[in-house]
Amino acid sequence: MHELIPIIARALVYAIVMIAFGFVNALVMGYLERKIAAKIQRRPGPMEVGPYGILQLVVDGIKIIGKQLIIPKEADGPLFRFAPLLSFAPVVLPFIVIPFSKELQAKDFSLGLLFIVTIASINVLTIVIAGWSSNNKYSLFGAMRSVAQNISFEVPVLLSILCIALMTGTYSMQGIVQAQDTVWFILIQPFAFIIYFIAGLAETNRNPFDLPEAESELTAGYHTEYSGFGFSLFMIAEYANMFLVCSIATVLFLGGWHGFKLPFFEYTGAFWFLTKVYVLMLVMVWIRWTFPRVRFDQLLNFSWKYLIPFSLVNLALTAVGIKVFESVRGMI
Amino acid sequence: MSRYFTDLYYGAKSLMLGMAVTFKAFCRPTVTVHYPRQKIDITPNIRGRLFLVKDEDTGTHCCISCGRCARECPTGCIHLKAVKKEEGKGKDLVQYEYDYTRCSLCGSCVDVCPKNAIDFSNAYELVSFDKTDFHFNLLEEVEK
Repeated sequence: MHELIPIIARALVYAIVMIAFGFVNALVMGYLERKIAAKIQRRPGPMEVGPYGILQLVVDGIKIIGKQLIIPKEADGPLFRFAPLLSFAPVVLPFIVIPFSKELQAKDFSLGLLFIVTIASINVLTIVIAGWSSNNKYSLFGAMRSVAQNISFEVPVLLSILCIALMTGTYSMQGIVQAQDTVWFILIQPFAFIIYFIAGLAETNRNPFDLPEAESELTAGYHTEYSGFGFSLFMIAEYANMFLVCSIATVLFLGGWHGFKLPFFEYTGAFWFLTKVYVLMLVMVWIRWTFPRVRFDQLLNFSWKYLIPFSLVNLALTAVGIKVFESVRGMI
Repeated sequence: MSRYFTDLYYGAKSLMLGMAVTFKAFCRPTVTVHYPRQKIDITPNIRGRLFLVKDEDTGTHCCISCGRCARECPTGCIHLKAVKKEEGKGKDLVQYEYDYTRCSLCGSCVDVCPKNAIDFSNAYELVSFDKTDFHFNLLEEVEK
């Protein structure tokens, strides 16, 4: 019993911190997104609430909490309420294995990477539940589209992750970071990084793959019927998902918490980790405000005709390369 | 098959160009004027609400109360009253009411005025919760 207490305490603290982090992340990213969008369009963005509008998102949050959650008359009530909450689970759980620094990690599984990939696919289930329980044909169509999108873009994600797993021979996140002590994997696997990043954009439903947000053309997507906090939970989950995709990219390709040595580096490595993650997220925002949205057939074509063949070739080349490298090293 | 790769090449290239365009726009300064706090100079040709022109020599308006503006006005938003002068010819203007809520700023009154006594002002900030705030007494204004 006594051994269990620290484990439970650790889990509780971690859950609270991670959920709080998810919300704060959505606030910060919401603000940055609006500011960057504004700068790209040469306007100042939110300026009225607080200095430079930094309190704008807080005010928006209060407004959205105060709104009524309208449930359609014929909708499946319990499922309809459950879906936004469920959308949050697959984004919070993978944070267990994300190594913020050498010590700042809830638990390092030996199958950490696989754990993330597994949990992240619950997202698809959420979308189906949200679309189905809304009892609205447009929501259901939107859910079908999003599911097709998520499933087809999961393949290139997995194939590019597999390249790294082949190189390091481990699924442990901490192990992968430590393998990048000398050289970041982005230099060895640039194509895997590009494929992962593009597919990650599609996985998080970000522009140019944000069909669920195509309100005027497609009557939005699975969250058409959601209002108030139900809707904002989906949005918060989207930002948390962005953070997750970028932090996996950081761990796999950008050397995780590696960087210039700071004092107490076992903990302050988190600074480098978060810097890299947020740079990637800002690139995502930059992409969103540059490109127009793709059509649905273009979206699927892009995955099946471009990303998957290229990631397969990349995987094969990686496997051959590792074999050649090992046999050359064996000869020496 | 070659189409496949040329598509990929030109597609990737144009995406990069697009990113460069937005990055340049990001680095350039914003063009917004923060309106209530900052204002831009407006053109003198703007058709703001009407006002009676003040004659620098006499220090008052130069309206001769002919009433052509009121007759010409398509919406009938000008009402003026005048009394006969006690000595000599002509009339004295005693009231000049202008209902801005009905004015379409067509400029017929300004064109028709023989003495150029009436003109468009530069006032463009006209906001109120009360309709009667737009019923201007132009004579009082010019005499102030």
